[in-house]
Amino acid sequence: MSGHVAPKSMYYAVFAALMVGTALTVGVAFVDLGAMNNVLMLGIAMTKALLVILFFMHVRWSTRLTWLVVASGFFWLLIMFGITMSDYLTRGWVEGTLK
Amino acid sequence: MEHAIAAHPPTSTGLDNRKLGFWVFLGSETLFFGSFIATYMAYKGESIVGPYSGEIFDIPLTSISTFVLLMSSLAMVLGLAGVQQGNRKMALGWLGATILLGTTFLGFQAFEFTEFYHHGLTLQTNLLGSTFFILTGFHGAHVTIGVIWLFILWLQAFQGRLGPEKALNVEIAGLYWHFVDIVWIFLFPLLYLIGRHYTPGAH
Repeated sequence: MSGHVAPKSMYYAVFAALMVGTALTVGVAFVDLGAMNNVLMLGIAMTKALLVILFFMHVRWSTRLTWLVVASGFFWLLIMFGITMSDYLTRGWVEGTLK
Repeated sequence: MEHAIAAHPPTSTGLDNRKLGFWVFLGSETLFFGSFIATYMAYKGESIVGPYSGEIFDIPLTSISTFVLLMSSLAMVLGLAGVQQGNRKMALGWLGATILLGTTFLGFQAFEFTEFYHHGLTLQTNLLGSTFFILTGFHGAHVTIGVIWLFILWLQAFQGRLGPEKALNVEIAGLYWHFVDIVWIFLFPLLYLIGRHYTPGAH
């Protein structure tokens, strides 16, 4: 168990940030910014996830090993998304590979 | 303010084995949900028949359920603080709030899914139905398991059996709950907001 005791005000502050992020995400969805829409929404989602991981899950005060497990999860997720999507998005670029 | 938790577990990693083990499990869960998310992304916009994502989602309703789930994460971390401090009332109150908020989220999901079924979007209708329901279905199943787990902990707290020496149990349940919340943080924009305008021909 982490020996860190966080003040409740910090939890409320993080929660407020999460609320703002959610409101922003919904707001952005209703404004047409072209390609930036997706970038913004996923960027906000990643920030929110980071806040939950660091503060609610106490990773901020955890050992390096915990950081390593969290970072590895993200890393392999990026590999999976990256290679999967690069496969599907490049279908049809080379003769005979359409779908 | 100090509390009565052993600072350094006698393991070579400096981390309690159960906590490390659970983090590794969360790593596997990341890839588990990741594979369904990747499938959703690959098949996005490829449905041959409707209903399509631009026609069927109720964004205001889902925004409310998203707020509810985020609130439950706050309640979870405050409930954990209550257990760590040996404050039984605080623990019972906030853990109870987490359970109620989680159940409310599930209620919203159940309502939403039956609405979709009535509008013709089922698991077998099209690619949207298949990828959407598998993803949100597994997420909902995870929330359900979390609610049951938290309820068991709440009962223990009610019987006075959840003191600071048991805080690790609550912390691990908290890790699970926050993870489920994080999955939803990504699912909400990905499933509901990004596909908001999509109808066939408007790719």
